[in-house]
Amino acid sequence: MSEFNLSSLSVMMPEIFLAIAAMVLLVAGVLRGNQSTRFICNAAMVALVVALLIMLGCEPSGDIVLNGMFTHDPFTFFMKFLIIIGLIVTLALSVQSLYQDAIIKFEYPILVLFAGIGMLIMVSANDMMSLYVGLELQSLSLYVLASIRRTHLRSAESGMKYFILGAISSGMLLFGISLVYGFTGSTNFDVIASTLAGEVSLGGVIGFVFILAALAFKISAVPFHMWTPDVYEGAPTPVTAFFALVPKIAAMALIIRLLFIPFFAISEQWFQMVWFLSFASMAVGAFAGLRQHNIKRLLAYSSIGNIGYALIGIVAGNEMGLSAILVYLTLYMVMTAGVFGIVLCMRRDGAAVESISDLAGLSRNSPWLAYALALLMFSMSGIPPLAGFFGKFMVFQAAVHSGLYILAVVGVLTSVVAAYYYLRIIKTMFFDEPADKFEGNIEFGRKLVITLSVAFIVLFILNPSPLVEMAQSAVHSLF
Amino acid sequence: MIASLAFYLFAGIVLLSAIMVITARNPVHSVLFLILSFFNAAGLFIILGAEFIAMILVIVYVGAVAVLFLFVVMMLDISFTDLRKGAMQYVPVGLLVGGVLLVELIVMVVGWQVADKASDNMASPIPDANDITNTEALGRVLYTDYVFAFQVSGLILLVAMIGAIVLTHRKRPGVRKQNIVAQQNRTQADAMEIQKVTPGTGV
Repeated sequence: MSEFNLSSLSVMMPEIFLAIAAMVLLVAGVLRGNQSTRFICNAAMVALVVALLIMLGCEPSGDIVLNGMFTHDPFTFFMKFLIIIGLIVTLALSVQSLYQDAIIKFEYPILVLFAGIGMLIMVSANDMMSLYVGLELQSLSLYVLASIRRTHLRSAESGMKYFILGAISSGMLLFGISLVYGFTGSTNFDVIASTLAGEVSLGGVIGFVFILAALAFKISAVPFHMWTPDVYEGAPTPVTAFFALVPKIAAMALIIRLLFIPFFAISEQWFQMVWFLSFASMAVGAFAGLRQHNIKRLLAYSSIGNIGYALIGIVAGNEMGLSAILVYLTLYMVMTAGVFGIVLCMRRDGAAVESISDLAGLSRNSPWLAYALALLMFSMSGIPPLAGFFGKFMVFQAAVHSGLYILAVVGVLTSVVAAYYYLRIIKTMFFDEPADKFEGNIEFGRKLVITLSVAFIVLFILNPSPLVEMAQSAVHSLF
Repeated sequence: MIASLAFYLFAGIVLLSAIMVITARNPVHSVLFLILSFFNAAGLFIILGAEFIAMILVIVYVGAVAVLFLFVVMMLDISFTDLRKGAMQYVPVGLLVGGVLLVELIVMVVGWQVADKASDNMASPIPDANDITNTEALGRVLYTDYVFAFQVSGLILLVAMIGAIVLTHRKRPGVRKQNIVAQQNRTQADAMEIQKVTPGTGV
């Protein structure tokens, strides 16, 4: 038994605070019923802001507490910052749609909070056990959220699909963890790292393959991407926005930590696996997206492709590559927030419409929305001087710097292919015969998210260095 | 001698009943054979000296999971012959996936070696069984060294409960529920009325 020191808990104050806040809000929701949904959404956003402030107040010292289970260093700080912002944005985007789509359930914000706690734990995990419990807390909340609109066949189906495939991936993860434990005798990341540095056996490597496969499922890297389009399409749009914004950042942070701390000794082995994941994700994301008519499915393939670009940074395997990933993920999150803000506005006759052709003539019906979406799409396809260009540029630069010419070339080619479907949306909005107007006014929170997102991607070019420097110093703590 | 006899007895019954689980025609028999195999697996664990896992196996798997299966089988109207109809077409894919996993496992077991440092790395080495029962040994580390994982597991269970309620609870109209406040607030005046009845006319 190790000594327990209460002050060591200070590094996990944001998680503790959020857990308590979620439980208090749960009680409030149970007492006041579903009519308090809006209040609980707002209260959850306030709780997240407070957690963010608490996190800003505690020094990311890199201390490892609770028997080696939990750590908080500049890298986790950066990732947690992104995750909490993502959660706030998700809730800000969802409130109005919950009421429009009649999913008025006070559990929605609470499940988002619990999923968020799970992600924070994943990012901070320094032990296979805390990794697993964090991952399960996150996944279980996401399964429920996917099927929260249970009277709709599509939503129930997507929840079911996600649950079954997610359970299989959890099984693989546990299997891999147990093999690695069997070889090294420990679940602690640092001990695994030092043991693997001494010698590597086939069993340990196979265990690692299972772990990587399970996590590739979570970030939906090809060939573990099958669930993504169906779940994105079937889940209610605010939930899809959540899926697209936050969980992948947490899973990516986890993969980075795993590959660069416990399994760095077998980087020769994982190099080719991640190389393939990256290559295949970029290719499938670009080519499968070409034939999509549903905007949510399109965004699913777009997210698969984007994960492929981000993985290039891991393959590069140095500080430059990793800081490129962090910048890339940040910019991707900002752009996705804006895009989903607009997708959520696509409503006709009291129901959400999701087909790309429904955007026809948006430039005449609501020009502001059309110009915002056009800018976001240009940015997604990586056209300078918008922010999306810099993310791709940094990743490709890191690839070339590490001699990964094939990945860099494939990356550039697939982003040209993917540009077709982004630009097709712009063409539909500006040059097609106008369809009916979208109904309803846009709530303040959603307007704010869209405006901030567009402002960020347009103005990023003026001063990109703060973000890049933050990413560099965050990554520095891993090496 | 007795231990190995017990081992072959338990192991034999586990294997036989596991085969019966998938071959029995009647699903209720399948579940009952499943319970039998759980009990015998628990016996194997006791031979290994892991009495805590044996008890957990009986309590959780037999007490909860298998009984739940039994409920599902007996209460839901599922035609198992219909379910089996389409199953054959997935057999080749299933065999392929299973085969790949099997080959991986064989490769791994053949090439298995434990790192030299592994025994030094163990966070909580198994204590001597003569000093302490393994229930107590687990209890000592579960609430101290692993309290973080334990607490987060608690959160996971809370989410599971919320999820089950969100996805299944529905308000049905026309359900008569007991309203205790209304019952207790009923006074004599609400419930009774004294009528003067004149003889011969009725109420």
